[in-house]
Amino acid sequence: MKQLTDLEYLKLNRNQAFWYKLKLFFFAVPQLFLSFGKSILLFFKKIGLYFKDETKDLIYTFSKGNFAVKLSFFVFGFGSFFYGQIMRGILFLLFEVVFFTYMLLPSGGIYWLSKCNWFQTGKTVGNVHGRYEYDPLYDTEVWVSGDDSVKVLLYGLLSVIFIIAFIYTWRLQIKQCRICMEITESGKKVKSGKDDLKSLLDDQFHKTLLSLPLAGILIFTVLPIIYMVLIAFTSYDANHDGYSNLFSWVGLEHFNQLFNFGKGGVGLAFGEILSWTLMWAFFATFTNYFLGMFVAIMINKKGIKFKKVWRTVLVLTIAIPQFVSLLYVSRLFNSTGIIGKMLIEWGMLPDSLLETKRSLWENPTTAKILLVLVNVWIGIPHMMLMATGILMNIPDDLYESSKIDGANVFKQYTKITLPYMIFVTGPYLLTSFVGNLNNFNVIYLLTNGNPLNTDVGTAGGVSVGHTDLLITWLHRMTLGSSDTQYYMASVVGIMVFLVVAVLSLIIYNVIPSTKNEEDYR
Amino acid sequence: MMQKRLGAKASRRLGNTVIYLILVVMTVVWLFPFFGILLESFRVESPMQQGYLIPKKFGFDNYIKLFNETDFPKWFLNTGFMGVATAFLQTFFILSMSYTLSRLRFRGRKLLMNFMLILGMFPGFLTMILIYKVFHDIGLTMSRAPLGLIIVYSASSAMGYYVSKGFFDTIPKSLDEAARVDGATRWQVFYKVIMPLSKPIIIYTVLMGFMAPWGEFMLSSYLIHENSDGMSVAVGMYEWLSRTNMNTHYTMFCSAGVVVAIPVTTVFLLLQRYYVEGVTGGAVKG
Repeated sequence: MKQLTDLEYLKLNRNQAFWYKLKLFFFAVPQLFLSFGKSILLFFKKIGLYFKDETKDLIYTFSKGNFAVKLSFFVFGFGSFFYGQIMRGILFLLFEVVFFTYMLLPSGGIYWLSKCNWFQTGKTVGNVHGRYEYDPLYDTEVWVSGDDSVKVLLYGLLSVIFIIAFIYTWRLQIKQCRICMEITESGKKVKSGKDDLKSLLDDQFHKTLLSLPLAGILIFTVLPIIYMVLIAFTSYDANHDGYSNLFSWVGLEHFNQLFNFGKGGVGLAFGEILSWTLMWAFFATFTNYFLGMFVAIMINKKGIKFKKVWRTVLVLTIAIPQFVSLLYVSRLFNSTGIIGKMLIEWGMLPDSLLETKRSLWENPTTAKILLVLVNVWIGIPHMMLMATGILMNIPDDLYESSKIDGANVFKQYTKITLPYMIFVTGPYLLTSFVGNLNNFNVIYLLTNGNPLNTDVGTAGGVSVGHTDLLITWLHRMTLGSSDTQYYMASVVGIMVFLVVAVLSLIIYNVIPSTKNEEDYR
Repeated sequence: MMQKRLGAKASRRLGNTVIYLILVVMTVVWLFPFFGILLESFRVESPMQQGYLIPKKFGFDNYIKLFNETDFPKWFLNTGFMGVATAFLQTFFILSMSYTLSRLRFRGRKLLMNFMLILGMFPGFLTMILIYKVFHDIGLTMSRAPLGLIIVYSASSAMGYYVSKGFFDTIPKSLDEAARVDGATRWQVFYKVIMPLSKPIIIYTVLMGFMAPWGEFMLSSYLIHENSDGMSVAVGMYEWLSRTNMNTHYTMFCSAGVVVAIPVTTVFLLLQRYYVEGVTGGAVKG
């Protein structure tokens, strides 16, 4: 598409300028994906380069280093001992000893690694099946447990991580030894163990502060997520729970199922839920955003009294735990609830519901509309609080001078308030959109994903609700009933990640705050 | 001329009246559920959902039953314990992470931030399947679920460093530099210079940590696995409104709701100022 110069652009009238901008935006989307793909390629190229450089550096170090450096290639921490850094040396050596003991023990790392049968389609994770065997002592069949696939895979994964850590440490201590050598050769003294400890509170303070939070994230987020990604390639479900029945590697089968729109596939169900999830996120975000802004503008208007009272009333909804208020509100609309009963008595429901005296929750369309409305009830206070703070930052003279120029309230809103708000709250829009994509609480407490959707089949045994978001559907798949499908849950989880990542990327590139940072300063 | 000015005044008054009207209607809509819960919690005549709001007979029966005949006191203590412990641990984790990312410069800082951003895009619930298995083996589920939940809530909490990093970013860098010139180590800068200035954000983080267990479902229902001894109020009370229990426990849910709401709401309203600062600050900086 032809790019106009600034001068040409200014010549366009309002309508043309609008269409020009719109076109520009849509033409930019493929470009966006292209640049994203390129940056991924670049990333891999960088990794390749990194390893190449490292190898070169290692060879150079080995050939130029003295015997201490050379020996460090085999004995961890030898260089540290040699140059008097006893503490570091002990730690390095200890790591090596622990690593080799763990790996070579009869039921150690190598044992688990070999049991995993990594990614070999059709093979089980673990190879000893649990079974019933005749026990002469009790004169009956007793359960002899075999491998537990869940455990086997976990220990396998841990061993892989251990090996990576080993290689990293190996490289690290060689590097340190070489630095020590260079320092000594230039006639200076190397750091002692005391200096090391001291620097943990000064130069290396970030390491002290980060150690615990990072350990928490690695153990409780990174490790489980890698594990779950692996599960997507296995057949882990209620029937193959790993203990009474080993689960096996199945390759990309579950991903194929996701795009299989016929019988036996989950394509239809997935499509339906994905489209409602996107719709929900869109409506939930923008209704809250604009209505919350309007409420803030109303309360902040000059001449309105009791500002504090109005605000406190709204803040109350944030203060009271959501599960109390949301559960109560959801039951209000039940056919036996106060509002639900009133609606039935006054005949204010769609005919299909009125005939059987059911509530708004039992029709897919009305349930969806009601969800968005209740979400407004929950969401306006948050937005109102935020908008209040931001609106106060808009200089008053902007409004006064525009008034002198003859702008009415509406014009002031579209030309001053809205652009400023969107500029400042761009990042918030992004986070709240993503938050709504994964808004488990509101859906779970209000409808629990119901009413059930029987048209799309019971996707491989898991039921599908009309108001299910991806995240609540995922929850359905893991909740210990007989149709538990952990593998599908992790496939859906990966899909959630992809959706969130792609949308964030697009929104991030569209919102003005990230581009023209200086505009409003 | 006179006429026109009068017209402007009248239209402004009209506008204000409309606004007052809207605000009053909103107040009614927003407060209705809360008064509903309060009124229904005092209803004596029937434990079921009724089509009317004001009880025919008032009384404290539901509250008395709540504390004598149900496990609610246990749930309440569980949740309170989780709230306090999570608030403490989470604040420690979040503050160290956000302070480091905001005020210290080191290799890999940008990488770490991008890494956490991408990690945050995975649904956190996904982690529970492995965590449940492991916790089950070491006995941190069911009746001891509160302990397991404290670990789950706090361990990865550092990934939510954004708001407090936004706060630390606003403290002038010259403070650190002045202290450094005077010979302070980075630890002393952290402990003696910045922390005393960070009261608002510390209170905000503590508040968020304390509030979290009261409304959290997804992770807790998974770890608790319907064991009444380890339940939090949210999971326990959710059961009361299930289709089978609702006819016997509805008013009790309301009274329990009131009991839960009183401490949480009081704490929140007292510290409201800090919450507002956190919300607005965090939103603008992202």
